[in-house]
Amino acid sequence: MWDAFVAVFARDVLQAWRRRADWLTSIFFFVIVVSLFPLGVGPEPALLRTMAPGVVWVAALLAAMLSLPRVFGSDFADGTLEQLVLTPHPLTVLVLAKMLAHWLLSGVPLALIAPVLGLQFGLEGGPVGVLFAALLLGTPCLSLIGGVGAALTLGVRGSGVLIALLVLPLYVPVLIFGAGAVEATVAGTGAAGHLSLLAAGLLIAIVLAPWAIAAALRIALE
Amino acid sequence: MALNWFKYSSPQTFYPLAGRLIPVFAVLAAVLGAVGLYIGFFVAPTDFQQGEAYRIIFIHVPAAWMSMFIYLVMAAWAALGLILNTRLSSMMATALAPTGAVMTFLALWTGSLWGKPMWGTWWAWDARMTSELILLFLYIGFMALQASIDDPRRADKAGAILALVGAVNVPIIYFSVKWWNTLHQGASISVGRSPSMASTMLLGMLVMALAYWMYSIAATLMRVRSIILERERNAQWVRDLAGAPA
Amino acid sequence: MLEVRDLACQRGEQPLFNGVSFDVSAGELLWVEGRNGSGKTSLLRILCGLSPAEAGTVRWRGESIHDAREALLHDTLFLAHANGLKDDLTVAENLRFDARLAGLHASAERIEAALRACGLRERRDLAVRYLSQGQRRRAALARLWMAESRKLWILDEPFAALDAESVDRLAAHLGAHLDAGGLAVLTTHQEVPLPAGRTRRLRLAH
Repeated sequence: MWDAFVAVFARDVLQAWRRRADWLTSIFFFVIVVSLFPLGVGPEPALLRTMAPGVVWVAALLAAMLSLPRVFGSDFADGTLEQLVLTPHPLTVLVLAKMLAHWLLSGVPLALIAPVLGLQFGLEGGPVGVLFAALLLGTPCLSLIGGVGAALTLGVRGSGVLIALLVLPLYVPVLIFGAGAVEATVAGTGAAGHLSLLAAGLLIAIVLAPWAIAAALRIALE
Repeated sequence: MALNWFKYSSPQTFYPLAGRLIPVFAVLAAVLGAVGLYIGFFVAPTDFQQGEAYRIIFIHVPAAWMSMFIYLVMAAWAALGLILNTRLSSMMATALAPTGAVMTFLALWTGSLWGKPMWGTWWAWDARMTSELILLFLYIGFMALQASIDDPRRADKAGAILALVGAVNVPIIYFSVKWWNTLHQGASISVGRSPSMASTMLLGMLVMALAYWMYSIAATLMRVRSIILERERNAQWVRDLAGAPA
Repeated sequence: MLEVRDLACQRGEQPLFNGVSFDVSAGELLWVEGRNGSGKTSLLRILCGLSPAEAGTVRWRGESIHDAREALLHDTLFLAHANGLKDDLTVAENLRFDARLAGLHASAERIEAALRACGLRERRDLAVRYLSQGQRRRAALARLWMAESRKLWILDEPFAALDAESVDRLAAHLGAHLDAGGLAVLTTHQEVPLPAGRTRRLRLAH
């Protein structure tokens, strides 16, 4: 089972490496969306500083969502998803491997770039560190919750827009605690509470999301 | 009243039963609604802080109750359909969604109307209103997903998973929004907990809630009936029904 | 070993087939025939547990495949219409990942041997996207040369897009599989030299 887990993970990472342009696109999308905000609201440093956590997080939500149709879409089209479902291993474990790969490719880069964007918005060292930590805890939630939406909309008409409709409302708690962690640090009240709630959410998502994703994939293949 | 549930879990036997029940619930809804509104607008005392404008809560609060409750009922039917593979349960879930969305929309709309005299603004990012808004998005997502899947069986199952994921998320969303709201100290007004609330006010709201219940049941049954007809249109009993003189 | 009773299937509201019953025992091959849209693919998908049947039962080694899903999957190799190959990976990489996923414990030599058997040795390091349709089908079929441990082969149009030489090679390999006590259920529209005496036909009619 472990071998299968590693195989799924390695295959997705290798595949993404061969098609790195696809993944880089959503990362650049993230950078561009964040950079547009100062142009829209003006370069007032105090305003930008208060907006920074929310702007970065909303952009992260959108960027994570943009990469979702790819997670199962190409597997569905080329028949590898059928082979995945028909292996004798528990589908939930294989799904977890796929979501881990998705997080590594779409979530981790966002967390790594976000501190630079935070500095652009005038955040200090402390809040920038918290922004990084919060994204590191929050983006796997985005991948897992998003995976449910991606699996439910497989092969469905207009699935791209539909994923947004299904997934964005479910992202609300992650957005609130993630952006809240940074805001709390700026306000000097400490981010420990927010970060532990994010971690708790991540645990719930790790336990529950693979079941929902696996069930949705089986339905999509029927 | 001992009903044989398994007998009525088949669409064919449920269809005429629902047809007989709809007028009962519809009449009850109308009567209770009239009584509730009468209590709300004429019997209940004027609030010493909020004046007459507060009376919109007789429409607003029960609608907000219903909106959350219907989501849970919908998720429960959907789960039942997923586990037991009973077609009628899934149809119930599908039929409940629009009613739930209407209740949510009503709660938002009346909340906004109420907010204007209370807060001086049509919309305040208050915890309840924000949760209600997200709930509306969840309903819309459920309906959009089911509408975009052609195969009804797959639509039922996919919708069920979404409803269950949503049901797990609703409390988390509500909690997170509340947390967010207290941190930002947004405008918030306590509904139904003010010490000045008279027992007639509570009575009015309860009667209105019952009226909504009856309306929801009647509307859902009507919708289930048309879903049954649509999905079973090739079955012999539906053809007989259509062929028979009315 | 494979017992099917009164199977019914419908797609959307359209009934595809009703009351399909058959047995396949060790060393036998079942050739499922029928026109386009008669439900051949649906039947194969029901057999490996991907799709639910409207009615009827499928038993493998005496147990219903819904109760003993894992046992069925340990014994089964399903080759769908889609090849199940990743376009951006090479032929050898595809086979390697595939074998690991399926738990076939394929060594490098076995993968080499499978590639040689399918005539893809020279193409082993080429990304699948550069292969022709026939070559892709051969790459997908290479799994069969690593899957001796799988008793039940369910193959959807395995001969499609293959040249005459590959058809013969696959037919011979199927024969060897049956000789070793294996079972196969397949669909094909072509006249192919299926192992004589051990092939039975099932015709799906509307």
